[in-house]
Amino acid sequence: MTCDEAEILLQALIDGELDAGHARDVENHVEGCPRCAAMLKDYREMSLAMADAGVRYTAPAALRMRIEAALPQPRPMQSRRAVLRGFAMGSAVSALAATGLVAIVLRHDDMERIQSEVVSAHLRSLQAGHLTDVVSTDQHTVKPWFNGRLDVSPPVVDLTAQGFTLIGGRLDYVDARPIGAVVYRRRQHVINLFVAQTTSNERRNVKSETFQGFNIHRWSESGLNYWAISDIGKDELADFCRKFETAVEANKEG
Amino acid sequence: MPSRASEDNPEKARRFREAALPYLNDAYTLARYLLRDSTDAEDAVQECYLRAFKHFDSYRGPAMKPWLFAILRNVCRAEYARRATTPTSTIDDVPESAEQAPLWHEAQETPEAQLVRAKDSDTIRRMVAALTEPFRETFVLREIENLSYREIAEVAEVPVGTVMSRLARARAMLRSAWLAEQEQVK
Repeated sequence: MTCDEAEILLQALIDGELDAGHARDVENHVEGCPRCAAMLKDYREMSLAMADAGVRYTAPAALRMRIEAALPQPRPMQSRRAVLRGFAMGSAVSALAATGLVAIVLRHDDMERIQSEVVSAHLRSLQAGHLTDVVSTDQHTVKPWFNGRLDVSPPVVDLTAQGFTLIGGRLDYVDARPIGAVVYRRRQHVINLFVAQTTSNERRNVKSETFQGFNIHRWSESGLNYWAISDIGKDELADFCRKFETAVEANKEG
Repeated sequence: MPSRASEDNPEKARRFREAALPYLNDAYTLARYLLRDSTDAEDAVQECYLRAFKHFDSYRGPAMKPWLFAILRNVCRAEYARRATTPTSTIDDVPESAEQAPLWHEAQETPEAQLVRAKDSDTIRRMVAALTEPFRETFVLREIENLSYREIAEVAEVPVGTVMSRLARARAMLRSAWLAEQEQVK
């Protein structure tokens, strides 16, 4: 095999597109050819560095909204009428917000609708590949990731020692606004903790509900609304919320 | 401003949303690399989704991502053509400022300096953006979008052999820039 041939086939080797026979041929050539060996090594390093550095882009929220707004809106179905109407309105209103004309805040009487959107966002997140935008068990990686993506900085705490493993963060959309989602795992169960800004600074204690079979705990603290949602049991979710709040409190004092 | 999709078919829209919207970031990433301009990329992606929705009835699968990419690529080529006929705005006249910097220099600190990896990813993005077409397209589809050779061949409308030789060329160019960068760091 000549180096020219090897150079082309190296690509397929790196990309896993080469059959076993040809892969052996290329590997044999590389073993006896320092030039091609150096090339293969560099290409592999480049691939790894690219995967590590994060060279993808995230579509701006306004783009998603524009596309949503241009598509025909879902027609209300009998059982989910209120939910869908709210969704359609959310998109139309947020198109205004995106242009900076209107600032939307989450209002208390919207909570019902938002709750169902939180459930939808949770369901979406469970589809393959949608759970996390930033994958890390390190709170000091996840928390800064939100900077510049949201107008709030969601508290991110590591609760591994308490039995809830931090696995990453995600930008999601609820009420057609970007919202932070901090993702934890408990055994095989996923807990999404959604965090959004609220105008009220008053503290509202945890309210627990069940919606479409998911347990939801929502509360407000220091100008942030929280929704914790999961398919784990109510008691376990309550335990999670307590531990989260304790850890956030401890972080503030520390 | 792309036109609003006129067909009022909520069920189709629902299926389309579920099938296509999960690839929004992928599409936006590809458009950013192809057009090297964030505003143009947004417009192209929006146009791509509206076209895709219009033709969604004829979509037979199997993979949504390459199908969307093929549409997006056509939209981007139309944008190239437009730039070529607009004397004040061709692709060479208005590259993003980052692309004018030599490959082996670090970009200025971004406002989001808290991202420890920002410099690295900026550097790599700039190197990739500096690749010439059609090598950039092939490289991005493979290395960043994770398409198979066959899928890339379909999107780019070339034989698989051409995909491989373009990829070899792209990686060789990138490697030169890469090694120059590492020299600089030392």
